[in-house]
Amino acid sequence: MIPGSFNYHRPASVADAVKLLVDLGEDARPLAGGHSLVPMMKLRLATPAHLIDLHGIAALKGISRNGNNLVIGAMTTQHELLASDEVAKSMPILHEAALLIADPQVRYRGTIGGNVANGDPGNDMPALMMTLGASYRLEGAGGARDIAAADFYQGAYFTALEPGEILTSISVPVPAAGHGYAYEKLKRKVGDYATAAAAVVLTMSGGKVATCAIGLTNVHETPLLAADAAKAVIGTSLDAATLKKAAAAASAIMAPAADARGPVEYRKHVGGIMVTRALQRAASRAK
Amino acid sequence: MNDLTPTREQRTAALEGMGCKRKRVEDIRFTQGRGNYVDDVKLPGMLHGDFVRSPHPHARVKKIDDSAALKVPGVLAVITAETLKTVNLAWMPTLAGDVQMVLADGKVLFQNQEVAFVVATDRYAADDGINAVIVEYEPLPPLVDPFKAMNADSPVLREDLVGKMSGAHGPRKHDNHIFEWTVGDKELTDAAFNKAEVKIKELISYHRTHPSPLETCQCVCSFDKIKGELTIYGTFQAPHVIRTVVALIAKLPEHKIHVIAPDIGGGFGNKVGAYPGYICAAVASIVTGKPVKWVEDRIENLTATSFARDYHMTTEIAATKEGKVTGLRVHVLADHGAFDACADPSKWPAGFFNIVTGSYDFPTAHLAVDGVYTNKAPGGVAYRCSFRVTEAAYCIERAMDILAQKLNMDPAELRLKNFIKPEQFPYHSALGWEYDSGDYHTAMRKMMEATGYAALRKEQAEKRAAFARGETRDIMGLGISFFTEIVGAGPSKNCDILGIAMFDSCEIRMHPTGAGIARVGSKSQGQGHETTWAQIIATEIGIPADNIMVEEGNTDTAPYGLGTYGSRSTPVAGAAIAMAARKIKAKAQMIAAYKLEVHEDDLEFDIDGFRVRGLQEKFMSMKDICWAAYNSVPPGMEPGLEAVSYYDPPNMTYPFGAYLCVMDIDVDTGVYKVRRFYALDDCGTRINPMIIEGQVHGGLTEAFAIAMGQEIRYDEVGNVVTGSFMDFFMPTAVETPHWETDFTVTPSPHHPIGAKGVGESPNVGGVPAFSNAVNDAFSFLGATHIQMPHDFWRNWKAAKDLGAVA
Repeated sequence: MIPGSFNYHRPASVADAVKLLVDLGEDARPLAGGHSLVPMMKLRLATPAHLIDLHGIAALKGISRNGNNLVIGAMTTQHELLASDEVAKSMPILHEAALLIADPQVRYRGTIGGNVANGDPGNDMPALMMTLGASYRLEGAGGARDIAAADFYQGAYFTALEPGEILTSISVPVPAAGHGYAYEKLKRKVGDYATAAAAVVLTMSGGKVATCAIGLTNVHETPLLAADAAKAVIGTSLDAATLKKAAAAASAIMAPAADARGPVEYRKHVGGIMVTRALQRAASRAK
Repeated sequence: MNDLTPTREQRTAALEGMGCKRKRVEDIRFTQGRGNYVDDVKLPGMLHGDFVRSPHPHARVKKIDDSAALKVPGVLAVITAETLKTVNLAWMPTLAGDVQMVLADGKVLFQNQEVAFVVATDRYAADDGINAVIVEYEPLPPLVDPFKAMNADSPVLREDLVGKMSGAHGPRKHDNHIFEWTVGDKELTDAAFNKAEVKIKELISYHRTHPSPLETCQCVCSFDKIKGELTIYGTFQAPHVIRTVVALIAKLPEHKIHVIAPDIGGGFGNKVGAYPGYICAAVASIVTGKPVKWVEDRIENLTATSFARDYHMTTEIAATKEGKVTGLRVHVLADHGAFDACADPSKWPAGFFNIVTGSYDFPTAHLAVDGVYTNKAPGGVAYRCSFRVTEAAYCIERAMDILAQKLNMDPAELRLKNFIKPEQFPYHSALGWEYDSGDYHTAMRKMMEATGYAALRKEQAEKRAAFARGETRDIMGLGISFFTEIVGAGPSKNCDILGIAMFDSCEIRMHPTGAGIARVGSKSQGQGHETTWAQIIATEIGIPADNIMVEEGNTDTAPYGLGTYGSRSTPVAGAAIAMAARKIKAKAQMIAAYKLEVHEDDLEFDIDGFRVRGLQEKFMSMKDICWAAYNSVPPGMEPGLEAVSYYDPPNMTYPFGAYLCVMDIDVDTGVYKVRRFYALDDCGTRINPMIIEGQVHGGLTEAFAIAMGQEIRYDEVGNVVTGSFMDFFMPTAVETPHWETDFTVTPSPHHPIGAKGVGESPNVGGVPAFSNAVNDAFSFLGATHIQMPHDFWRNWKAAKDLGAVA
């Protein structure tokens, strides 16, 4: 539980960080909150020769409104998300989900950029970003590009991030006024990853679901958008049969690993239940 | 007398003696980060050691290549079994009469076993070093399932024992067999079963878990070559025993070994045994001439040092159809891992498991325990319980519920019908114990009234009907546990460790100004001895507890004691403290008589001094007597005021309690909610009610963890898969239920102050209460016994297996 030796860099700008990443190549890793990387280093499962600490880059912090989007700097901590009135007001599901991440100590250090960029299927924010239709800004030597969260995740710890690129910010469209939302997460205890979790953002019209997006956490090697399940509820009043159909459609795309949280069958089963509960709670909140 | 004269109540209160909720004096330093733990010990030139560990559960070690490691900057030495053989320390004796490899000698027998010890100038270099040691293994087939240990075709684990068909506890039936221990009358018990009207039989398993104290096991060893003295700072629950063990196995004179246990961050049995880390650090210090520190990390703690439980108990009860128990038969298959390193008193290979008749009047019983080797870590320590008592309590409390279900009788009623009656004490159990005292019916009825038990059963019946109608997906369970503990090891007639009787000791030295120091053979790991020991002395001799300093853990200054585990401190050391205090008091009485110019028989003790009977104003305070002890003792008397007591208890003490857990389980997810938990404890005389309450809270939290998910689990090929707090369930404040505590007081008749142990009762009684609640919740769906731990997915699986979930 003692890391090997490494060189420490603390660039002051994104350009400097990118330059370091390019120059040092695959021996270098950017360091955000460190809550995934540092434990891996302590177990020597990760042995980067260079750590590029992003804490010195002021431009990577902060939450701002840009038209109909909320732009969140990659180095914004989960705690800062929780403290933001703007998030609580316009994107309350983000607030709700951030509260379910780990514990206060972790949330003081853990960043949203690290959470979404690491490609860990256990992290909560990726599925949420897919549900909200967010996009990520990636900056590298060749400049900046934007990529939809839904296109970012390729496999466990494999993402669209190219060598030498840093995820610098997240842009999230503000959901329609009066939308309903819920993040249902089943976990064994505080600090645990989800056994299964579901994010729902929907709008209701005349007692029926008008729009709906459903995201799933930790039930596959990547976060998932449950498109068929979402489609199944459009135009319904979320009656029992519809909920059952949606849960089944969501379960059908799940492929969790068996682990100490339970066997595959259980994790898929409760994944369906999380979808059902999130839909019901979201509908009850919609105006 | 005037208004300023303190009343008797004020004088008593000023002592903060027994019965007072005195605030813990040690917390002043703990809450300000000023404790002094082993890892705080930093000696000049100190080196750091770390282990190369086996990735294989069973393998031959073909070659250890340390050449690259020795080139790592800062690495000074790599110690292997070959090194240790030069000082005859490649193997060490265990407390259970077995031997254990200190470092892998030819083969490894469990995953994460210690293979080599790298010594370096700092912890980083040591870790770099262990990553550079290359070990060549030849994997062997692992033996994971204890039920297969004695199969004809099972791999032989302990090649060192091949051909030895007898061990420390009698004959061995197989190369992987350790011992068979039997107690009770087999014929009489078989006869009871032959004519029984009702019988139950169930395999009740208590899974492997781990004490996992906040602070892991660690030590700093410092050998002074000039003086030939070895100083060991360590996380030791029994420092004197460690000193004797070191003297015996390292062949050092015992007076040249200084063992110091500073503040300890929790023990729970994990810090009783001797581990390879201690031996390697000591050898490394002797070899290098420098102090060497070894600090276990969390993974090492969970996977290599001393697990607990792992008992598979086939349990049978014979009874009449009216529900009167007539016989108990239990067979235990005990998985001891690779070495028998249980920390039990020497003659007790299964600890005090023969308390398994519990709180009930069984006319006859028979018990057999088979211990076997598997490719798992050694240990088998008493995790917050007296030796194997929590296993026994779980076994009988689960079995009584199963019997109640078979009889279609309320489990509370069945228990009330079979309790040992108050007039039967002292009670001789069918398996050989003499229960000192108890009033079980009173405690049980108090629990039932306080919780509204009858109303809860009614609510449960309504809930079940609603579930059947499809109106709810929650099921409700009531878990009763009525446990009897056996604590205070123990009487020299049946308890020793390595031949040393399990007494305990206290030395009190009063200073001239009315303050004093008490040195005790016990060792607090968080129990609050500095607070409670002073309270006993305060009441006994009338000096305020604040004026008594308590010191433990330094073998040079403390009298020889057997340490703190198995709830033995209050029953044994607590008695020694009272007895030493009474010696002080007796001498004080003689001094007071001399100063007050009366015969000592004319004096009576009055709270904080001696008074001449019938003469209110002729009084001498203990404070003044202390002063007089140093300047005007009676002619012929030695000056000073000090005393030593070594206490050999005449019997164990038998705390008991009545617990109730009310639980709701969502069958669709298996998620449970502990709605209510009531714990009534009877630990005899209560020294500090606040500390008792804290002990009960802590023990219940650990019981909750164990019953509801905390396990050390191996996969089918012997990999340990619960090596961190991610998967080893350690509840936080969020998961932990609210605890309601209550008590009755039935003093121990043989203990000087009537006190029994309490620190472990809640763990012993708590586990069956949680498990019975889960089982009770599922019983109406047809379940008889669902194995622990009852985590979410297993609850869902139980519901699914019973057809309650599609």
